[in-house]
Amino acid sequence: MSPTSVPSKDPEAGGNPKAVQDREGTGTASAPKAAGTAPPRAGRTGGRSPLARFLIRRVLTALLLAVGITLVTFVLTNLVPGDPVAANLGQRALGDPTIVAQWKAEHGLDKPLPQQYLLHLQGVLQGDLGTSQQSHRPVRDDLAEAVPATLELAGVAILISLVAGVAFGVIAALRRDRLSDHLLRILSLVGISVPTFWLALTAFYIFFYRLQITPGSGRIDPGMSPPPQVTGLYTIDAALAGQWDVFASAIGHLATPALVLALYTIGLLTRFTRSAVLEVLGQDYVRAARAKGLPGRVILFRYVLRSALVPIITVAGLAFGSLLSGTVLVEAIFAWPGVGQYAFKSATSLDLPAVMGVGLVVGAVYLVINLIVDVLYGVIDPRVRLS
Amino acid sequence: MTLSISDLKVTLGGREILRGVDLDLRPGRVHGLAGESGSGKTMTGLAVLGLLPHGARATGRIALGERDLLGMSAKELNTVRGGEVAMVFQDPATSMHPMLTIGRQLTEHMRHHLGLDRKQARARAVELLGQVRIPGPEAAIDRYPHQFSGGMRQRIAIAIALACSPKVLIADEPTTALDVTVQAGVLRLLRGLCDDLGLAVLLVTHDLGVMSAVADEVSVMKEGLVVETGPRGQVLRDPLHPYTRALLDSLPGETA
Ligand SMILES: Nc1ncnc2c1ncn2[C@@H]1O[C@H](COP(=O)(O)OP(=O)(O)OP(=O)(O)O)[C@@H](O)[C@H]1O
Ligand SMILES: [Mg+2]
Repeated sequence: MSPTSVPSKDPEAGGNPKAVQDREGTGTASAPKAAGTAPPRAGRTGGRSPLARFLIRRVLTALLLAVGITLVTFVLTNLVPGDPVAANLGQRALGDPTIVAQWKAEHGLDKPLPQQYLLHLQGVLQGDLGTSQQSHRPVRDDLAEAVPATLELAGVAILISLVAGVAFGVIAALRRDRLSDHLLRILSLVGISVPTFWLALTAFYIFFYRLQITPGSGRIDPGMSPPPQVTGLYTIDAALAGQWDVFASAIGHLATPALVLALYTIGLLTRFTRSAVLEVLGQDYVRAARAKGLPGRVILFRYVLRSALVPIITVAGLAFGSLLSGTVLVEAIFAWPGVGQYAFKSATSLDLPAVMGVGLVVGAVYLVINLIVDVLYGVIDPRVRLS
Repeated sequence: MTLSISDLKVTLGGREILRGVDLDLRPGRVHGLAGESGSGKTMTGLAVLGLLPHGARATGRIALGERDLLGMSAKELNTVRGGEVAMVFQDPATSMHPMLTIGRQLTEHMRHHLGLDRKQARARAVELLGQVRIPGPEAAIDRYPHQFSGGMRQRIAIAIALACSPKVLIADEPTTALDVTVQAGVLRLLRGLCDDLGLAVLLVTHDLGVMSAVADEVSVMKEGLVVETGPRGQVLRDPLHPYTRALLDSLPGETA
């Protein structure tokens, strides 16, 4: 039997037609570009970097979606069965057609819908969200107080969830089928299945009424006045102003509702992180990294977590959404003057400008979260930003 | 340095996957390892680096020079891995991290094992890429695996394996996932490196054609045992074991 090809003692493959095919043949579309013909670092120096292009594309998409959100909130609020006139005027005034007509004209409700939308859009662009029919204040001013309150609560909750959820998930995956894994599984199951409002009520009852170890409702102690507004986040504003007693009080008030909110997302993130890490641990490239003799912590952080972050970020984005909807009940129970409470009040009284304002804010928050998630994908995964 | 495996037994989940494997790898020689699917070729390679699947137990002796790899602590083994014994995996599409530049993947273990600084490691990485015939190594180093073709990726994987100048290279079906036109180039590269650097190579392959092209010695495995071993010419021309004969007979277009 003769060898199918003569083993060459020479690694020089340059003159061989097969090697040329290897270089240019089988690869992906970008393979020829990857060959030596491209000038060094063409991707960085030629025009904008791929990352910048990727970011610009994402931001433009987000802006387009933002216009879409104004349309959707407008249409939805106008589809609501119910008469804002009846909801806002007293019984007496309703009987008087001139008062009704005047009220409608005042709020632009006598115009055809498309025109109402354009007026609405124009207002939004100028930062004018109309006047709340309930508080008789500009919706923008109402939201300027409510939004930071909710962002502070939800932000702290998502931070806690990310840190704890990812850490728990990694521990569970690395200690798979051992005691700590089982304990964490129980914790995450509890977190996912216990209704948030029940947890909120129970926590409020036990820790405030019974044990009196947590402060009661609101954002700070009743005797204190809020710190001078910079960001609207009491913790940060108090720290900026150096009012450490207010800072401590704000943290104390945040702790229970934030933890209550976070428990569900911690459970969610623990489960997803665990399965994401387990999946990555089984990948060839992790075994290859072990075969290179890299220390365990390098493999965990550089190889495993980097890949696992992609699904984790996706879930974290979704979790933040669920967390926002959870704030409606938690805010009600802890008397937290946030968007949830405001939305509830304005929806039940058919306060359309307020409802639209809330819709816009919620839509914008989702947009921003999506944008952040997308951008993080691009930053973490070169295949996303280079494609 | 020679690597000699003797009486290697591996049990996994109550099943004996390797039932006493003996293999000897010598510097400058390519040792081909053939055998049907499931015969334990990959497990033999993984056992050398202590990378067996979770729950596997290995007994016997895997001697690298005078040292027994099976008796080593995890820490000692980590200096051997990548440093003295390196591995190339079957599928270059999955054996490199998709989110790390190949420069990073080429230099990180050099910096760890050899204590090079960033610049030295980068220079050596460029040199290695040239050695495995990647065109434009200076530019290639900042790219990601998905920007290369399969054949080039496997060359890069070989460069990664060679980075710390190991004595022993275990290549588990390094060409199976590649296009036929690319296979010859990668094999020729391996052969040349083995000769130039005095590597001891274990080349796992299904393909007796590949085997006859590059191996000096050939071993054939079946059900966790090496059933035949010897110089290439002898094993492929006058197989002693009926299983080897059957394997050769099943080759399309090959006249054994
Ligand atoms: N993770 C695992 N858990 C349990 N058994 C396994 C595992 N991996 C492999 N095995 C078993 O070990 C035996 C040897 O497998 P091995 O992968 O070494 O075969 P191989 O000779 O490399 O086959 P192939 O040519 O298909 O790659 C097989 O019977 C297989 O079923
Ligand atoms: Mg195998």
